[in-house]
Amino acid sequence: MTWDKIVVDIAGLGLIGFIVWFFWLVKTKGVKAVLTSAGYQEQMVLVKGGYTPDVIVVEHGKPVRLNFVRQESVVCSEMVLFPAFNKSARLPEGETVPVEFMPKEPGEYEFACQMGMFKGKLIVE
Amino acid sequence: MKSALEEGTTIESVVGNKAVSRQVSTDREAEAREREYRSLMRKWWFGAAVGTFTMIMSYPWLFPVLRDWFPRESHSLWYVWAGMGIAALAVIGYSGWHFFTGAWQALKHRSANMHTLIALGTGVAWIYSTVALLFPQIFPSGVLTDVYYDVTVVVIALVDLGLAMELKAKGRTSEAIKKLIGLQAKTARVVRDGKEIDIPVEEVLVGDIVVVRPGEKIPVDGEIVEGSSAVDESMVTGESLPVEKKVADEVIGATINKTGAFKFRATKVGKDTALANIIRMVQDAQGSKVPVQRIVDVVSGYFTPSVAILAIVGFMVWYTFGPEPRLAFALIVAVTTLIIACPCALGMATPMSLTTGVGLGALNGILIRGGEALQTAQALETIILDKTGTITHGKPVLTDVVVSREFDEGTMLRLAGGVEKSSEHPLAAAIVEGAINRGLTLSDAESFNAVPGHGIESRIEGRVLLLGNLKLMHDRKIPLDGLEVTAAKLADDGKTPMYVAIDGKPAGIVAVADTVKDDSRQAIQSLKAMGLEVVMMTGDNERTGKAIGRQVGIERVLAEVLPQDKAFNVQKLQLEGKKVAMVGDGINDAPALAQADVGFAIGTGTDVAIAASDITLIKGSLRGVVMAIQISRATMGNVYQNLFGAFIYNVLGLPVALGILYPFFGILLSPLLAAVAMSFSSVTVIANANRLKRWRTS
Repeated sequence: MTWDKIVVDIAGLGLIGFIVWFFWLVKTKGVKAVLTSAGYQEQMVLVKGGYTPDVIVVEHGKPVRLNFVRQESVVCSEMVLFPAFNKSARLPEGETVPVEFMPKEPGEYEFACQMGMFKGKLIVE
Repeated sequence: MKSALEEGTTIESVVGNKAVSRQVSTDREAEAREREYRSLMRKWWFGAAVGTFTMIMSYPWLFPVLRDWFPRESHSLWYVWAGMGIAALAVIGYSGWHFFTGAWQALKHRSANMHTLIALGTGVAWIYSTVALLFPQIFPSGVLTDVYYDVTVVVIALVDLGLAMELKAKGRTSEAIKKLIGLQAKTARVVRDGKEIDIPVEEVLVGDIVVVRPGEKIPVDGEIVEGSSAVDESMVTGESLPVEKKVADEVIGATINKTGAFKFRATKVGKDTALANIIRMVQDAQGSKVPVQRIVDVVSGYFTPSVAILAIVGFMVWYTFGPEPRLAFALIVAVTTLIIACPCALGMATPMSLTTGVGLGALNGILIRGGEALQTAQALETIILDKTGTITHGKPVLTDVVVSREFDEGTMLRLAGGVEKSSEHPLAAAIVEGAINRGLTLSDAESFNAVPGHGIESRIEGRVLLLGNLKLMHDRKIPLDGLEVTAAKLADDGKTPMYVAIDGKPAGIVAVADTVKDDSRQAIQSLKAMGLEVVMMTGDNERTGKAIGRQVGIERVLAEVLPQDKAFNVQKLQLEGKKVAMVGDGINDAPALAQADVGFAIGTGTDVAIAASDITLIKGSLRGVVMAIQISRATMGNVYQNLFGAFIYNVLGLPVALGILYPFFGILLSPLLAAVAMSFSSVTVIANANRLKRWRTS
């Protein structure tokens, strides 16, 4: 094996390691939803190439209201789904769309666009 | 007082405005799609124009004249290629920029998607080409200094075209909602300050008096305050015949006024109307998930980064063990792998079919709650039909009139009908209606005496009339002259016979029955032909139940089931290990509907029924059940085709892109072909889902 092959293979393995670490191993810390005077745990979610924040922490037994604002025209993200809560909402560009539900059981629930390209996680404590 | 009124107005106009914004937002969505489509098409044309030139000039030695003008490693060719590099950069900047921003946005969220793969593939091709062009000396062989700008340009153009086609096809999958919204009236004529004015339907307030003329659409839900008419409500309630409406009757928005003019007070407007509820339910269902998609969700979480890893592995293997020129091969393989992978097809496979299937149902008066109901419905084995109101009309009618020799039918029925006018028994109404329908004028009874458990004794037109069961006739010592045999036969057919005696003589029999709906038998045959076991459940006695069962072709009859035991009986069938559906017509069936794997509410578009059931059939016919199951089977079939197609595409495409065929057949996929395949695969998924719309009931 010549030196150039060794360099390419080491670089390749390094890159693979980076991909594994970057996409799967790093855990992002969630953002805790704020309890408003109306009794809702509220959080603004920006929809642009993904959900920001994409990990939201809420407490169980209190109603949650997530206000989605979509700032892109890519068709992929025009809907957001909460399969565990049987909720979905269309997100017209530039409009604030509230999604309300009641998390009863603690656990981790996913929310995503219809095709599952954009993903977020709701952690119920 | 005035301020209170103003306050009320404000609240209502806010509600109204919500309806406006919903309407506007669907329009705006369509507009946004159109804009996006046009923009993608512009990007495609620009890419295609540059791409044609780039493709030819990347391989000038393949063309007779160009071969002589631009020989390999000539200065002239170098300048052409440099120009191509700049043009390719322009294509990246204009036609492909959204892939790069999309990839970057995703990266910021530590995720990767189709944009990431396209951006990586085209970006790597451009960078390699530019390095080869500017620093040819770092490459060991001249062949390696060929450029791949064509890959960058053509791939971007093709994927743009694919996205545009996808967008068009996607718009078509949600046409059902557009049609439902289209049912809505645009304007309403209301009375304000004593004058009739036309206003947009969104501005109608609760309490407004709305004027409707013949042939017009009723704009919102309300209650008639003046006039009467016949209204075609088929789009909401499924009732095919126009319904007579008079003062104090309810009218439903989006239904059509046929004959008369009337005024009504608006009770529900905007998002509260029956139609708005139906639209919302269909939208929710289209946004739900089919349980099989869970596998896809797991896969797609790993898919894109895995493809990137595969591309790197491909590069390493080809560079380390591949034939010369190794670098070129390794690069092509890596770029092709990135481009051929199509996470989109995988992600769209189920939502596209679900949206189309649910929409198809809605257009046929079948409201499906969501993906789960759809998936369960296609796997049903047993279907329980409630008898009353589901198989039958749910309303007794006069079916038979038997007269003995001394009387004529007209007289007997006139007298019996006249007497029954005074009765509150449900069967009495059937006799009265039957008599009136036969053109008889009924007089009032002079005296009326109900004999509990027996029948009626009455005086009418100066004659004494007895109407009731066998016990009553025996009690009064009426000779029956063989009428018992006829009565027994009628009872065997599931009818309720009642003896009539006039002035102490047997006059005949009137029989009343809840009759079978016209198409019940045919629908039940279809269900059986589809391999379903059909069971009838009824609170009636076994004889009536069996009689109806014989008429419609059901062998298994659960008779004398008390309302509270319906759910338990559903459970008993489930314990036989079967997937059980329950079809019922209303609120009293709610526990059984909920217990069943799939609950069908039949003959209504009201919120209560929608809430209790998995599938709501707006029309009262059992054909709807057949159609709903057929639609669920067609949709799930479509889902499986799409999933299979998308999986197989990626499972076959990726190894080919990685060059697995090369050692055996010398075949290596070009990145351009990969781009065509990738675009084609997602368009195919949507086209297949759209195929569902052509489904017709068999």
